[in-house]
Amino acid sequence: MAKLTYSYFPGCTLKTKGKDLDKYGRLAAQALDFELEELADWQCCGAVYPMAKDEIATRLSSVRALASAKAQSRELVTLCSACHHVIKRVNLDVQNDDEICQKVNRYLKLDTPYAGETNVLHYLEVLRDRVGFDNLKAKVVRPLTGMKIGAYYGCLLLRPGKEMGFDNPENPTIIEDFIRAIGAEPVIYARRNECCGGYCTLENKAYAQKQVDAIMDNAKAQGAEMLVTACPLCMYNLKNNAADGLEVKYFTELLAEALGVKENAE
Amino acid sequence: MQRIGVFVCWCGSNIAATVDVEKVSQVLAQEPGVVFSTNYQYMCSQAGQEMIQESIHKYNLTGVVICSCSPRMHEATFRKTCEKAGLNGHMVEIANIREQCSWIHKDKDVGTEKAVVLGRAAIAKVHLNAPLTAGQSPVKKRALVIGGGIAGIQTALDIADAGFDVDIVEKQPTIGGKMTQIDKTFPTLDCAACILTPKMVDAAQNEKIHIYSYAEVESVKGFVGNFNVTIKKKARYVDETKCTGCGLCTEKCPQKKVPNAFNLGLDNRRAIYIPFAQAVPKVATIDADYCTMLKSGKCGVCSKVCTAGAIDYKQKDELIEQEYGAIVVATGFNPIKLDKYDEFAYSQSPDVVTSLEFERLMNAAGPTGGTLLRPSDGTHPHTIVFVQCVGSRCDDGRGKSYCSKICCMYTAKHAMLCREKYPDTDVYVFYIDVRTPGKNFDEFYRRAVEEYGVHYVKGMVGKVVPQDGKLKVQASDLLGDRQLHIDADMVVLAAAIEPDETARPLATKLTASMDTNDFFTEAHPKLRPVESPTAGIFLSGACQGPKDIPETVAQASAAAAKVIGLLCKDSLTCNPCTAQPDELMCNGCSSCEKVCPYGAITYADKEFRGPNRTTLIRRMAQVNPAVCQGCGACTVACPSGAMDLKGFSNKQIMAEVDAICR
Repeated sequence: MAKLTYSYFPGCTLKTKGKDLDKYGRLAAQALDFELEELADWQCCGAVYPMAKDEIATRLSSVRALASAKAQSRELVTLCSACHHVIKRVNLDVQNDDEICQKVNRYLKLDTPYAGETNVLHYLEVLRDRVGFDNLKAKVVRPLTGMKIGAYYGCLLLRPGKEMGFDNPENPTIIEDFIRAIGAEPVIYARRNECCGGYCTLENKAYAQKQVDAIMDNAKAQGAEMLVTACPLCMYNLKNNAADGLEVKYFTELLAEALGVKENAE
Repeated sequence: MQRIGVFVCWCGSNIAATVDVEKVSQVLAQEPGVVFSTNYQYMCSQAGQEMIQESIHKYNLTGVVICSCSPRMHEATFRKTCEKAGLNGHMVEIANIREQCSWIHKDKDVGTEKAVVLGRAAIAKVHLNAPLTAGQSPVKKRALVIGGGIAGIQTALDIADAGFDVDIVEKQPTIGGKMTQIDKTFPTLDCAACILTPKMVDAAQNEKIHIYSYAEVESVKGFVGNFNVTIKKKARYVDETKCTGCGLCTEKCPQKKVPNAFNLGLDNRRAIYIPFAQAVPKVATIDADYCTMLKSGKCGVCSKVCTAGAIDYKQKDELIEQEYGAIVVATGFNPIKLDKYDEFAYSQSPDVVTSLEFERLMNAAGPTGGTLLRPSDGTHPHTIVFVQCVGSRCDDGRGKSYCSKICCMYTAKHAMLCREKYPDTDVYVFYIDVRTPGKNFDEFYRRAVEEYGVHYVKGMVGKVVPQDGKLKVQASDLLGDRQLHIDADMVVLAAAIEPDETARPLATKLTASMDTNDFFTEAHPKLRPVESPTAGIFLSGACQGPKDIPETVAQASAAAAKVIGLLCKDSLTCNPCTAQPDELMCNGCSSCEKVCPYGAITYADKEFRGPNRTTLIRRMAQVNPAVCQGCGACTVACPSGAMDLKGFSNKQIMAEVDAICR
């Protein structure tokens, strides 16, 4: 079977603060025999999904990325939770809202109009739905046996549940299944899908600290020894705003470790 | 050539509004063999039937086609009508121009055309019909009840009362079912054990009832009146005839850490156990998964202390064969597993319990002796949150789409009992709707709200977070349009109920149909609610749908009445439409035998005359007409086309198809 190639949208943070998320994701993709081809001309996703219906300009960069994936007839893969959230929802807007669709196309003047044809996948969805967790398990060479890992989902991957279509927002299982696939033991704790504080940390650090402490306390009480996340902003808050936090890693780092390719990173 | 009469029914306006009945009867009158054709407002009425009988005499009819409703509705009626006029009932064909025509079409031209085609097909078939005569098969006057909960017990008691032998097969070591685990019953708050255990004793002492406990149905053969059932009595490693139920072994067994299934794992029992004090039969059972003697051969304490010498480590599963005239399914229900509902923290905190676990925590014979204590630290809970519809009325695919029916009432009961026993507790109930149809049910719920001060909140709980020994409950109050944050000591989840996991494999053994939720399907949802569509199989209790105790008992007695009606008969009229092999075409390949679900086909060597006065011996299929149910599976499986179904022969079916395609 031909090697699967996806268009890949890394996003700004993965080029700066969140390099590990990107680096290990690419290494693991090689080991799992699929290719992430970075879009040539990607721009910032917009960072925050615009809630106002008439806000068109901030949707344009997402549509550019979607359209260039379409030009290559590929699915678009994202790694950063925030980018995934924005691009996925803008794509739904273009699909379902005629007015937005018309306006973005008028602005962009693409060779062929974009109407939401591209399928947007998060890296975890590639693992679950394309690679398959059973196949992933078969390719693990260094299972993380004995590690008790809590999944930290945050908000952006899960909600709004019907739009993101990622997993059940109240009781998600995809990261737990991932943790099982790489040989570790998932720890289920209630606050795994509560907000980390997000951008509040800039304005009201005490609030973000309160959120993160509650998450950490809850995870520790249920026996977690480490948390994994897919979101650079969650990572920042969990690392910097916890009074006495657990170690936090990107899921891609553990994936690369389990696949035995972590050392390949220069 | 047959002399055929065609009778087109209007069914009031049911058919006549979308089918031009006059035209249908005129067109069909032109068909070959049709000597008389008419239409009438209600063919099934007395007047309609008399018209058919008169026509049979007047025109000397040899075949009758009735264009009317589904044969399921009135085929039997019209067959009887014709038999009274001296015509064999199997010379009658029904063309279904109601359910399959007038009810689904809007355009009268289309409906009329289709009715004509359906009529033609029936006429084509009647040309090839032959008179058939039904045989009789005897009825075995013994009933089997599968499941020994309150449903099964009630059914068995009623059948035994009428003088028939009944066997109860129960997979647990004791009969009694879920009701044994319940503390009080709504809406009267009488003690469940006090009303159940006398019935259990009645069943055990009734001479007509035999209880196979710790047993399962292994296989079922045969048909209504003549079921042949193999029952597997699982090895309990205790001789039931010797054990006196003294319970000494259950005190001395050194294996103390076995989760007590009767208390839903809230405490531990020994590896040898009697589920509870009032168990019937009161006989010990060894749990082979935990017994060190059975696992490693080292121990034998129970055998040493048993003065009756009842312990038998070498006991094996035993197969018992028995014949029955009727079978009653009473396999009951279970609460669903809550692994898809981690937002309620069931797996994260022992203080989050299901309603059935809560029953045990309130029960005087339960793990806490009836004092409500938190499983985590044994302290008295002061704030309790009840969550209804956990997995019921679910639209996201995690749970069940149906309403589990009993949860509103038992939650009201729990809330009321909490407030009555412990007036210092704050009790919240979160609900989508409160559903209380039933005698004295709504009054009961209103008492919980008005007299007992239970806080009923319309809205759902979004999350339960175990934190600092409390359960932080986040919920929405839809009527107050606000978010609620409650620091609870316990959370009780009203889990949806689903059919027992043994129901699906049992349905396969019984060839009884089920719905997509694995509840057994009744023969008619309104008019035949306690019968399965499979003849001789009856339904009792929650295996057919969620039910409370009074409804279950009512249905159990209804099923018993149906069984008694069947067992009263000495013989049953067989279905004459049975399979028949063509001896000259059968090559003895066994294809038909393999597909026959009733075991009606056997093989025998038969002598044939060959060329030059030689004798050939050939292996031939033989159908036992008393066992054959006329399903037709063999006729399709037969590679040489030797097998045919009387009344539905390949020729008849092809004639119908030809008539339709003409």
